[in-house]
Amino acid sequence: MEKKTNILKKFVGNQLFIPLVALLLLIIFNLINDPSFFVITILKTKEGFPVLSGSLISIIDFGSELAILAIGMTIVTAATGGQDISVGAVIAISGSTMLRVLCGTNPQPDKLLAPIFVAFLVGALAAMLCGAFNGLLVAQFKIQPMVATLILYTAGRSIAAWINENRLPIIGEPSFGYIGNFLPGVPIPTPVFIAIACMIIIALVQKFTNLKLFTQAVGINEESSRLNGINPKFMKFMSFVILGLFVSVAALIKVTRISTITYSVIAKDIEMDAILAVALGGNKLSGGKYNIWASILGAYVIQFLTTTLYKLQVRSDALPAYKAVVVILLVIISAPAVRDKFAQITKKIKAKKAVNGGV
Amino acid sequence: MQEGTVLEMRGIHKSFPGVHALQGVQFTLRKGEIHALMGENGAGKSTLIKVLTGVYSKDEGSIMLDGHKGEVSIKSPQDAQNVGISTVYQEITLCPNLSVAENMFIGRTTAGAVLKWKDMNRAADKILKNLDIPAKATQQLGSCSIAVQQMVAIARAVDMDCKVLILDEPTSSLDEQEVEKLFKLMRDLKSRGVGIVFVTHFLDQVYAVSDRITVLRDGKFIGEYTVAELPRLKLVSTMLGKEMDDLADIKEDKAVNSQKDEVPVIEVEKLHSTTGIKPFDFYINKGEVNGFTGLLGSGRSECVRAIFGADKTIGGVIKIEGKKVKIAAPIDAMKHGIAYLPEDRKNDGIIGDLSVKDNIILALQVLEGFFKPLSEKEKNKFAEEYIKLLDIKTASPETPIKSLSGGNQQKCILARWLLTHPNYLILDEPTRGIDVGTKVDIQKLVLKLASEGMSITFISSEQDEMIRTCSRLVVMRDGRVVGELTGDDISQTKIMSTIAGE
Repeated sequence: MEKKTNILKKFVGNQLFIPLVALLLLIIFNLINDPSFFVITILKTKEGFPVLSGSLISIIDFGSELAILAIGMTIVTAATGGQDISVGAVIAISGSTMLRVLCGTNPQPDKLLAPIFVAFLVGALAAMLCGAFNGLLVAQFKIQPMVATLILYTAGRSIAAWINENRLPIIGEPSFGYIGNFLPGVPIPTPVFIAIACMIIIALVQKFTNLKLFTQAVGINEESSRLNGINPKFMKFMSFVILGLFVSVAALIKVTRISTITYSVIAKDIEMDAILAVALGGNKLSGGKYNIWASILGAYVIQFLTTTLYKLQVRSDALPAYKAVVVILLVIISAPAVRDKFAQITKKIKAKKAVNGGV
Repeated sequence: MQEGTVLEMRGIHKSFPGVHALQGVQFTLRKGEIHALMGENGAGKSTLIKVLTGVYSKDEGSIMLDGHKGEVSIKSPQDAQNVGISTVYQEITLCPNLSVAENMFIGRTTAGAVLKWKDMNRAADKILKNLDIPAKATQQLGSCSIAVQQMVAIARAVDMDCKVLILDEPTSSLDEQEVEKLFKLMRDLKSRGVGIVFVTHFLDQVYAVSDRITVLRDGKFIGEYTVAELPRLKLVSTMLGKEMDDLADIKEDKAVNSQKDEVPVIEVEKLHSTTGIKPFDFYINKGEVNGFTGLLGSGRSECVRAIFGADKTIGGVIKIEGKKVKIAAPIDAMKHGIAYLPEDRKNDGIIGDLSVKDNIILALQVLEGFFKPLSEKEKNKFAEEYIKLLDIKTASPETPIKSLSGGNQQKCILARWLLTHPNYLILDEPTRGIDVGTKVDIQKLVLKLASEGMSITFISSEQDEMIRTCSRLVVMRDGRVVGELTGDDISQTKIMSTIAGE
């Protein structure tokens, strides 16, 4: 009995508890509302390859970018106690750079000017430079992260358009589209594999470096960290550069999904979802300790919610309002104040039970 | 109340949960006098000031003011101002981006929605001229020197028709010339009949301007003296609570072996940091325990922080075993085998949300490098080893360090540095706020480590501890090294006379 309650307590106290409960609620809701939500069918592509289709597949497919961004956003949040609101705009910059490398000045080239891999590397460099810019402002000039990243948030999409001189490059090469859709013969969307690869990479980085310990230390107590030989400025700077790398991966998925770019719309408002994923994962937005898996789970919960709302035929312009309602609920439930209250109540109930049991 | 008295506080009591901060304290201020309020940290100076200015409400006691019949009740800083008590704090609480005149009149412009700028500026200029303060009414306050800003704050207070002016550590961010200017202003105000309460920890300054001294210790009133009655040495002994007569020296055998001829582990020449300490020399031999002593704020922590690279150094040489090294940041010092347990455990020591285990291995982990994390197995082994060695009371190594008691947190930080196996360990107030048993444990550990060859600098506010553990003491006053005591010279009497400069 004692052990059982302990396990329960441990689970309730776990960071993954809230996102998991949210996920469960969404699943139950969909089961009642329309069980066909969970049906997975096999469709044939134009080329005749079988691919999986259904709401669940679209959640793990379209949740990929968000999950990837949530990784980087968690690290920035932990180290700086602030958030990067420029990720959507930097996706535009990075994606535009990739297209520029592939197309040059001809919007619809017959042949790609460079291998896709090289284009990605250049795009990644661009995104990491943007991250370095943000990081410099935050770490060296001690500007609030939200204010520092407001600069690229505002200017980023114009810069993206300027990189391609406002042309709309369209890539005809089919292998480019494989990245954002399906590889020939593989029934699962490629972005899912990319997201998994990113998770494996961050898991390895956390295992084989001190990234997690040092970022957490800096986020919790900068002065103590400095007196223990950590360079807090460098850690903050690097967190933005790392986020830049993940942003470029998200950008690659975004542009390969449609083989083109719309500067003003691509990845619009994705920064807010990414920040929300971090919060939903129970991570403190004021920095310090973090759990990257909780953020990733949070990202998929948000995507689950979006897909559910689409299924309910909510008009796309009304979507944000509905989403906001659910988000308010989730955020309140996961707020430390509510959690403490909840813990107190359960403690009281337990104490009462113990008294009754004793008699 | 006697004639000529502006303020009289009697039998003031104030308790906080667990602390009886003021126990029947009295304080009398006469017209046109500068009265220094002295005491070591925790003596109750600031509590008394806060009671007087309405920040805290007193539990018991009475406050009487000239021109008021009977007791005055001061329930808020606003009340205090209304009855003519003004305070100028250590940090300037004015608005640097407003003009001097605006700062002087802010929040008290009389009647009418329309501000008369010209009148205001004229009035301000008049006051400034009157008090001989080198500033213009229209000048932006931020463009004045710190001393002038401080004077403007005083001018503001004086102009509010104050009878009692409290200056709480007004000189701590001023240089010598600026201090002189401030003193001139203080003497000027004194001649106009203002009673000034002067709180400072600089002994020289007390004797430079004060007429009387009131000493508090451990929340109790110790005495009120004229400056002539209380020479420096006596002041220091009164503050520390050691009567000169019964200063029995508690000398014990020290397990310390400092050989003279060898090359020092650490040698420092003319080291100078941005924190206001004067350039200092220092050395420590292998297996030696020495200490920095001096009153609070004398610069003893700043010296060791400069050696560790915690504060920015602006000159001087550090040699390790005779070789010149460059220490620009704590990591450089750590790589040279220096460890530093900081004075402020909460802000500079612990990483609150992290576990006991992570806190213990942190410094070692940083030394190992970013790409070489210790395995979980190693971490657990180290954590368990030191939890046992130092008898750290924690539910588990995974418990967040912030939920431990202060003494156990301190042991974790000590464990963190011992784990790096330093050649030179700096302990700044390692026993502050921890229970007696743990204190003795730490002192014993220090002596044991030294006998194994570690060099240790030990800083403590409690002189008994220093006398018991250190074989050499560097004595500091007002940011300057004023003496060095070794062997039999290390005694309460000698320390105090060196601190006092007599």
